Amino acid sequence: MFRVTNQPIDLNELVAYVTDPEAGAIVPFIGTTRNNNEGRKVIALDYEAYPEMAEKELARIGDDAKTKWPICKMAIVHRLGPVQIGEASVIIVVSAAHRDAAFAASRFAIEEIKKTVPIWKKEVFEGGEVWIGTQTGQPLSALK
Amino acid sequence: MKVRVKFFAMLRERAGVADLSKEVAEGSTVGELWRQLQKDYPKLDVPGIRLLYAVNQNYVGIEHRLSDRDEVVFIPPVSGG
Repeated sequence: MFRVTNQPIDLNELVAYVTDPEAGAIVPFIGTTRNNNEGRKVIALDYEAYPEMAEKELARIGDDAKTKWPICKMAIVHRLGPVQIGEASVIIVVSAAHRDAAFAASRFAIEEIKKTVPIWKKEVFEGGEVWIGTQTGQPLSALK
Repeated sequence: MKVRVKFFAMLRERAGVADLSKEVAEGSTVGELWRQLQKDYPKLDVPGIRLLYAVNQNYVGIEHRLSDRDEVVFIPPVSGG
């Protein structure tokens, strides 16, 4: 299950989805919105996605994780729109026969999400707002 | 030929539009389209920003040649999670 949603994410639904008789471990990761960033007092976060491609990239991360570790199932759901402080912005749940693979695949997934999935976070803080993000790629100046 | 361009996040705000159709010459590359769009929407010229490029929801290089009715998205730095 790899999707983006405007609704609050239901952890129990994802755990049920990855539950597997061959699994000896289920690892949930919940990314939550924090009330501070780089010295700014954060009031709220607002997520936007290129939804069709974001879901495709999330599925690609799941496929890559399966080739790297012996996992049973993975679910990743990312929230879009306004997310209040303390709520879940992303939940990753992985099941595997053994815990090492589940932990490793979970870690891999969150790191990949931050690098390649077309989702953007706007931080609304006291005194302004800013789009967050860093990535490598072609500098625009190279196009001139 | 025509391509469809979608803008998201910072680029959507700067262009003031989320979705447009653009006439481009046969054999145009992603980079050439971007230069055209910067002329149409000067605010897209963001100093120091690094972009990734997607055609039909797959990442491509800047020299990728466009085809008629391609969906092209310029991806500013991502920040999911």
